Amino acid sequence: MNNLPQKFVAEPERYEFSAAPIHQFELARRDFFKILGAGIAVFVVTKNALAQETAPGSRSFHNEELPKEITSWLHVGEDGMVTGFTGKAEVGQNIRTSVSQTVADELRVPFASVRLVMADTSLTPFDAGTFGSRTTPTMTPQFRRVAEAARNLLIGVAAKEWNVAPEGLVAADARVTDPASKRSLTYAELARGKTLAQNLPAEDPVTPAAEWKIAGKPLPKVDGRAFVTGSHKYASDIRLEGMLYGKALRPPSFGATLASYDDSAAKAMSGVTIVHDGDFVGVAAPSAHEAQKALEAIHAQWKEVPQVSSKEIFSYLKKNAEPSSNERFRRAKGSVDEGLAAAAHRLEATYNVAYIAHAPLEPRAAVAQWADGKLTLWTGTQRPFANRDELASIFHIPEKDVRVIVPDTGSAYGGKHTSDAAIEAARLAKAAGKPVKVVWTREEEFTWAYFRPAGVIEVKSGVSSDGKLTAWEFHNYHSGMSGIETPYDVTNQLTQYHQVPLVLRSGSYRGLAATANHFARETHVDALARVAQIDPLDFRMKNLSDTRLRAVLEAAAKSFGWPQKKTHTGQGFGIACGFEKGSYVATCAEVAVDRASGGVRVVKVAEAFECGAIVNPDGLRNQVVGAIIQGLGGALFEAVEFENGRILNPRFATYRVPRFRDVPEVEAILLDRKDIPSAGAGETPIMAIAPAVGNALFDATGIRLNNLPLVPNGLRAA
Amino acid sequence: MAKPMEIEVNGKRYAINYPPDTPLLYVLRDEIGLTGTKYGCGEGQCGACTVLIGGAPRRACQIPVSAAATKPVITVEGLEKEGNLHPVQQAFLDAGAFQCAFCTTGMVMSSVGLLQTNANPSQSDIVQFLQGNICRCGTHPRVIEAVQQAAKIMQEHGR
Repeated sequence: MNNLPQKFVAEPERYEFSAAPIHQFELARRDFFKILGAGIAVFVVTKNALAQETAPGSRSFHNEELPKEITSWLHVGEDGMVTGFTGKAEVGQNIRTSVSQTVADELRVPFASVRLVMADTSLTPFDAGTFGSRTTPTMTPQFRRVAEAARNLLIGVAAKEWNVAPEGLVAADARVTDPASKRSLTYAELARGKTLAQNLPAEDPVTPAAEWKIAGKPLPKVDGRAFVTGSHKYASDIRLEGMLYGKALRPPSFGATLASYDDSAAKAMSGVTIVHDGDFVGVAAPSAHEAQKALEAIHAQWKEVPQVSSKEIFSYLKKNAEPSSNERFRRAKGSVDEGLAAAAHRLEATYNVAYIAHAPLEPRAAVAQWADGKLTLWTGTQRPFANRDELASIFHIPEKDVRVIVPDTGSAYGGKHTSDAAIEAARLAKAAGKPVKVVWTREEEFTWAYFRPAGVIEVKSGVSSDGKLTAWEFHNYHSGMSGIETPYDVTNQLTQYHQVPLVLRSGSYRGLAATANHFARETHVDALARVAQIDPLDFRMKNLSDTRLRAVLEAAAKSFGWPQKKTHTGQGFGIACGFEKGSYVATCAEVAVDRASGGVRVVKVAEAFECGAIVNPDGLRNQVVGAIIQGLGGALFEAVEFENGRILNPRFATYRVPRFRDVPEVEAILLDRKDIPSAGAGETPIMAIAPAVGNALFDATGIRLNNLPLVPNGLRAA
Repeated sequence: MAKPMEIEVNGKRYAINYPPDTPLLYVLRDEIGLTGTKYGCGEGQCGACTVLIGGAPRRACQIPVSAAATKPVITVEGLEKEGNLHPVQQAFLDAGAFQCAFCTTGMVMSSVGLLQTNANPSQSDIVQFLQGNICRCGTHPRVIEAVQQAAKIMQEHGR
């Protein structure tokens, strides 16, 4: 067995996921209708695929096989129920609701008659994964296209039925009506007995946002009742007949190898299966309790290796940067030297950003079941198809013999891309001949998952006497390239990303490196404004021509009441902004610092966010407020501490995450730009909170904090 | 060593055979199948496994099953009455007080516990009481709103 989580496998990091693997789509058209029943079906395929699969000008189905590059599809059944299929996963970002809204909107059916089948490798089209804020800008318009085509098919059926021209017919409220003759048929009636299918290329949405009827509304989360009653089954809740509970033996430190072990005591326990395969040792037992006892009864000796600790990580990253020959990582224009020479004020600073953990409340979990050499997995992952491919490769079986099903998952934040728990469950289930569930402990989740990488950022800048940026040089070591480019107008600039070999297993995290890069940039810009003796908002406006960014800054400032006068000691105000992945954010924060006790409180946050046309304002507000609160953790106190390959704070008691007392008054201002295609909103709202708070702390105390987290131990008087 | 015991959960008695030190959480989830009570940390720090024991909110991951055998246990599955949601559940639903919702059942149980002893909690009371419940999605403001709304409804209906 290979590919174990113990190894430092570079998680396909940050916006660099490779192209989709060659996908074998197994479901033939006849099977499709066999499974779903008769009705109307529409498939969206990529443009290239369509050119290959069908003759030019033809959109009808010629093959029994479906095209390989289908990205989404829709079925209207004989009962009038509409089912959409997508490989995307619901992890709390509420796309099950927003995509369903879009389908209902375009198909002209009630919201309640739409359901989505998501993230099931046997039932849904291939999808690279749910990450990068891609669902809303890519999947949602595709569903709008599919729904529009289905609507036209239904109109066509009615036109044929009545022997009239389709142009005069109207689709609304799940029925097609002929206004001339007042005849009408429901979608259910029209779909009855039909096996009509059509495929069409992915294109831009057809109905402008200004004409949306169901999309654009604050509809509540689909299946909300199942979540408040506890009846929803997360992957960790699934129980199968005869299922065992599995656990993996973990090394004491990263990179440690198994020297020897004695499992005789564990073997003697009844009902216990022990697996030793490669460097994997695991147990399966009839209860979680017995599995834990069996695991504890295994005595293992490990060979450990000395490793870098969090105390020295920043100097280590700087020292171990790879020689940057890759021009992809470097952007330059003008001359920084000339810009600096022309500046009235110059500023240089270094910013450090610690490793942090996603800590999704549902730890990694998987239930694996083998039957006739085929493997079925229920697991909480953002990348079901990548999980499937990895499992197929590990167990040397065809991809079609692995089915990965993702129940709506207990959050991920970019942290659930890998297949770790699924591999362990599958390996144990294979040995035990019974289904096995593996649920990681919180400590495993904090140790053996992966982290948002640490980084060092160096900035050198110059500003003219009238407050215009003249030079900007920005180097990011290790943490990543997202949001690395400055949105400010600077003629002379150099931006460079420096790769460093992984220290801890690292990967995607909500917003990726945009949080680190925005922290450094927006802290630095604030410091420049102070040097130039200009209000931080005015300074930004002076150097920004991006109208969308200016608009969120203005909206946040207006709601917050910027600039505010201080009314008491320890009070401070900060502002920060940025854009990424097609959406714009500006955040204002008020802090209160008690210099005697060191206590720091974020009192109030006002954040303006704009992501084009809003699909669901209620879901969006939840995302934006949530990102602010989650972002406060990394801003104020979250940091993974490690030494010699051991995580020193792998528990909620020692790794502090935001709790109720940390939550400020939050105002989210959502700008709805119906004239701009919708962008995703899962990530960008988290980017500006850390610098806004840091800048407010400076305003309150005169102390400039250049490291994240800002105040893990409070901020005492020097 | 496993020991035969009886526990009462949601008004029903269950004969179980478990080592007495087994956390109640595992008996509820794996033996009885009440998976609305979640594992989030196993150290009593996150509140995802909150249940009512003798009416008081407790972390099921920290309570040995033997200690739960003497008092009735209520889990989130025991809140609904004749198909009607408990006012706290209804208020969470109405406020949309969840994102991934993995913390929700624990939040609901803690809130039910709070409202049993404090029918009209201030915002600060709610914050203090729910300090031990983690929501990683950052839905805290809506949770507070939901608890306030539930308190109002329960007072109006004399529950």
